[in-house]
Amino acid sequence: MSRRHLGIFTAAVLAAASLTACGGSGDDSAASPKTLTYWASNQGASLEADKTILQPELDKFEKQTGIKVTVEVVPWSDLLNRLLAAAASGKGPDVVNIGNTWSASLQATGALVEFDDAALQAVGGKDRIVPAALAAAGAPGKPPAAVPLYSMAYSLYYNKKSFADAGITAPPTTWEQLAEYGKKLSTGGKWGLAIEGANPSENAHHAFTFSQQYGGEWFDSAGKPTFDTPQNVSAIKRYIDFMAADKITNPSNAEYAQNQSVSDFANGKAAMLLWQSAGSNLKTQNMPADAYGVAPVPFLASPPAGGKKVNSMVAGINMAVFKHTKNKDGALSFVKFMTSDEEQTILNKTYGSLPAVKTAASDPAFSATEQKTIQETLVTTAAPLPQVPDESTFETLVGTAMKELFADAASGKPVTEESVKAKLTDAQQKMR
Amino acid sequence: MATSTTAPDADRREPRAGSPARGPARRPRGPRRSLLPYLLLAPAVVLELAIHVIPMVVGVWMSLLELTQFHIRDWSTAPFIGLENYRATLDLNSAAGKELLHSFWITLAYSLLSVGFAWLLGISAAVVLQRPFRGRAILRALFLTPYALPVYAAVITWSFLLQRDTGLVNHVLVDQLGLMNERPFWLIGDNSFWSLLVVSVWRNWPFAFLCLMAGLQNVPGELYEAAAIDGAGFWRRLRSVTLPMLRPVNLVLLLVLFLWTFNDFNTPFVLFGGSAPEQADLISIHIYRSSFKTWDFGSGSAMSVALLLFLLIVSAAYLLITNRRRDDHA
Repeated sequence: MSRRHLGIFTAAVLAAASLTACGGSGDDSAASPKTLTYWASNQGASLEADKTILQPELDKFEKQTGIKVTVEVVPWSDLLNRLLAAAASGKGPDVVNIGNTWSASLQATGALVEFDDAALQAVGGKDRIVPAALAAAGAPGKPPAAVPLYSMAYSLYYNKKSFADAGITAPPTTWEQLAEYGKKLSTGGKWGLAIEGANPSENAHHAFTFSQQYGGEWFDSAGKPTFDTPQNVSAIKRYIDFMAADKITNPSNAEYAQNQSVSDFANGKAAMLLWQSAGSNLKTQNMPADAYGVAPVPFLASPPAGGKKVNSMVAGINMAVFKHTKNKDGALSFVKFMTSDEEQTILNKTYGSLPAVKTAASDPAFSATEQKTIQETLVTTAAPLPQVPDESTFETLVGTAMKELFADAASGKPVTEESVKAKLTDAQQKMR
Repeated sequence: MATSTTAPDADRREPRAGSPARGPARRPRGPRRSLLPYLLLAPAVVLELAIHVIPMVVGVWMSLLELTQFHIRDWSTAPFIGLENYRATLDLNSAAGKELLHSFWITLAYSLLSVGFAWLLGISAAVVLQRPFRGRAILRALFLTPYALPVYAAVITWSFLLQRDTGLVNHVLVDQLGLMNERPFWLIGDNSFWSLLVVSVWRNWPFAFLCLMAGLQNVPGELYEAAAIDGAGFWRRLRSVTLPMLRPVNLVLLLVLFLWTFNDFNTPFVLFGGSAPEQADLISIHIYRSSFKTWDFGSGSAMSVALLLFLLIVSAAYLLITNRRRDDHA
């Protein structure tokens, strides 16, 4: 190889090397015992709104303990990546909010403090916590990897005026009714049901509920994926068919991933919405609370053998502490503060969610229709998503497969048992 | 980065500018050679190691591990599985392998078309703006705007424009002009590829324009005069004077543009929000999804290394071929 060729080769290496780039995260874990770094998830209308809501509470904590908490509100689209980077690097915040469905996945990294009996005692005791919420805080048989902070569940939101105009007197209790009502409501540029079709997480949450109702499971008892069983195929097809077959969902919803479905519901473009704690979001979009009704998510009219009476996942936000924290005692006392009766009442009232501790649940702030419906669902018909390490991968793969199926439905391609099964088989093959 | 290839080309092409500079630039021979050159080089070498070489080596190492969430916190616990990641991701009979291949073809088509159109627009604009006329400076500035805008802001704007129900594109095409009865989707389905291509060309052509405009400044006016005297028309002048004189610029420009578009992550990521539709599933997004979204950094790294090798071969072949041709010409 001549010198010039060597030069060319080097130049090629350098040019091609421009693709190796990867983000990292800064070392912002608090070194002093008097400070903490906290990543909050986006619960309110905007990141800024969340900061305004949280800051007075953090000031209160500083007054009580002398520990200053620096908060950063992280958008949902970034949160899992940021947590992963923090887990991988051993650097980052001390205390974080996590989506409760990620509990087992993040627990598997070994980066989170496990809440054994002693740690639970340090944050106020196990008995205070709502059992369903605690069940969604880590893998079964292991100490929880997080403590429940806000509890939520899916409900059916419906536009009272649209229902009255169409002569419908009560919200649907079965999917068959929902489809039938939806057809009546889908006229004049308006649609029956709004769906967040391009958001993999939302899709996956519905995949779980529908699968339960059809008697399916996404993982077997050994934690192996069972994506393409006939039950799961029927479940996914039922959900996609609201757009593909019943045509009660605007095809545009196939590209919705930024909560446009909530906006469509708030603006009256769609008459029904399946969402968790939508109330506070609807309020910021100027939809008054008396304009919509809240009802439990429907069931199948005649469930197949093995079908379960589940109409929501146990949704919620958990609080976790990173093992790399240099201020574990401070972090635990912050978790205790955030899960205290007073803070639970203040924060959940603002966000329209439910307290994760029993002692705060009796507050009159949580007796509105929406909160009562959520409460009832959580107690009677909600089930936690599978608490297995691969859960977040399930959300991504199955949620994305559904996104592609919605895209097919929107562009007029047929959605059949075969096409659904093919997508689910593909998704399953990508697990290992 | 890739601009390092310009130096030899520029030297060789411009003897007038090159020869006076070459004498004094030659290093002093013999024992007077000091440490200074090495000191001057050191920061560049350190940065090159830190930014390119070490991450690359780490990436190759990662591709040999089963690096999932169970081991991400302490890499030393990740089992060494040799070429298993490569076997799994490059197995064209498996779902993952098929998708990677699909993604590869999409990316190749996307890069070739994007570079082609960007170059075509760039050369057209550069030639049109070569002669001074009133308003030329304004047009130049205007043409460079897409390149000057922050990529995220620009692409988010595009994603708003391309929304089916609320986007400006459909508003103009369907509501104003009535060209279509149905509102087409631009961000999902078959159209998503073309949307991505348009945004990419829109972002990249000003760079081609900038380089080619600079290149045209170096074409001596006498050549055009001589060509005009010989009776050459516009196209003939373009073919026989402009393009040959721009050859060294084009050589580098096309390679750089190709590598940039092939690796482009920002445009599809912002336009489609993390999970691109199959029809526009570029390889960078595909790798991101395979490693970050499914927490499997080993197979993500294996794909990256395979991609690196491919680009290495393409770049080396390109440079070898273009250099050989130039030698033939000389």
